[in-house]
Amino acid sequence: MDMLFEYWKVYLYTDGGKMTGLAMTLWLLVLSLAIGFMAAVPLAVARASSNRWLATPVRLYTYLFRGTPLYVQLLLIYSGVYGLATVRDIDVLNQFFRNGFNCTILAFALNTCAYTTEIFAGAIASTAYGEVEAARAYGMSRWKLYLRVILPSALRRALPNYGNEVILMLHATSVAFVATVPDLLKVARDVNAATYRSFEAFGLAAALYLVISLAVVHLFKKAEYKWLAFLRPTEKT
Amino acid sequence: MLHGYGAVIAEGTWQTVKLAFLSLLLAVLIGLLGASAKVARRKGLNRVAALYTTLIRGVPDLVLMLLLFYSIQMWLNHLTDYAGIGQIDIDPFVAGVLTIGFIYGAYFTETFRGAFLSVPAGQLEAGVSVGMTGFQVFRRILFPQMMRFALPGIANNWQVLVKATALVSLIGLTDLVKVAQDAGKSTFSMFHFILVAAVIYLALTSASNLVLIWLGKRYSLGVREARL
Repeated sequence: MDMLFEYWKVYLYTDGGKMTGLAMTLWLLVLSLAIGFMAAVPLAVARASSNRWLATPVRLYTYLFRGTPLYVQLLLIYSGVYGLATVRDIDVLNQFFRNGFNCTILAFALNTCAYTTEIFAGAIASTAYGEVEAARAYGMSRWKLYLRVILPSALRRALPNYGNEVILMLHATSVAFVATVPDLLKVARDVNAATYRSFEAFGLAAALYLVISLAVVHLFKKAEYKWLAFLRPTEKT
Repeated sequence: MLHGYGAVIAEGTWQTVKLAFLSLLLAVLIGLLGASAKVARRKGLNRVAALYTTLIRGVPDLVLMLLLFYSIQMWLNHLTDYAGIGQIDIDPFVAGVLTIGFIYGAYFTETFRGAFLSVPAGQLEAGVSVGMTGFQVFRRILFPQMMRFALPGIANNWQVLVKATALVSLIGLTDLVKVAQDAGKSTFSMFHFILVAAVIYLALTSASNLVLIWLGKRYSLGVREARL
């Protein structure tokens, strides 16, 4: 109990100076998801395209990033890239890769973008043929076809799978401490090292992760109820 | 190309593969038990299984790994102190298998639960009515049919599990990631060795993909799919 009084602030949002704990974890999550999402939409369109020159490079990218552990990707970017002499010689790159937070965001965004691209591409590919045909019959341009017909419906149908990806990403943020980012797990490890009370230190972090996970699941259920209304079985009257 | 670290990296890879397979075995076992508990007609069992899957799947695997690894050691220390015997150090490999198996058991429970429900209850009743024991019903009727439905989920879980084994270096196991890091540190070519580790992981996940596709075909024998 006394541990709670001493450490609750570090666990939740700050150690007095910088952002730590749960706030840091959520910030990592939101930032990497936002970047990943924005890059994933055009990449998914390319991946689902029948043009081989567009689809193959995207497929290679998702294959590489989905086939290797995020932890290894983070190590590669954080301790690997900075060790390269060419990177340290160029000032901009040197500045960027020296910062653990930048490396973490880069690794997380690249990783979640690969998974999100596959999810969205699957939804785009499964768009009902009739809808596309109808849009073409109306004389929509390709741009309009994607903007008005395919993407609004595909992104909605991707919602359940995207919800899973958000949860997985939340859990994945726990490797951020490798790059010395003070996220929730880093705080728990520091408290464990300071107090030797492992069960309480990690248990508190686990409980916080659990609460956030359940909240995200709940939010996505609500979102599905609202945006997937057109897929619900019609109610009997 | 590996600056003489080939043998060390091969050893690390072998550790990772061994860890992944043993944890898979444990996770599947827990998954089958958990799924049986979830579909059982006993409220108590249902609740315990539901609690297990919700708690485990809501917390990051790395956090659980550290929580279990440190706590089990501490409880064991209390126990050995109390019994008046010397400290027993848990082998990191055993701890890794136990924690990963326990964590992914929850994911397999959900996979198998869905697959169990896809076999019509009438067939199971028919099995009982011709005098089969519970195990015979499972072995001869439920298992061969539910595997077809469970395989996509199993494939998915396996891929996630293989990638999760990369985290065990953080609880002190000399797996592929650890040996790559050590080799990188001592030769000052971190990028090179981590890249080697990444390529090995890619090879592992790609190879297991091929096996899973073959298994999928094997368990779908006699099922015709609609041509779209």
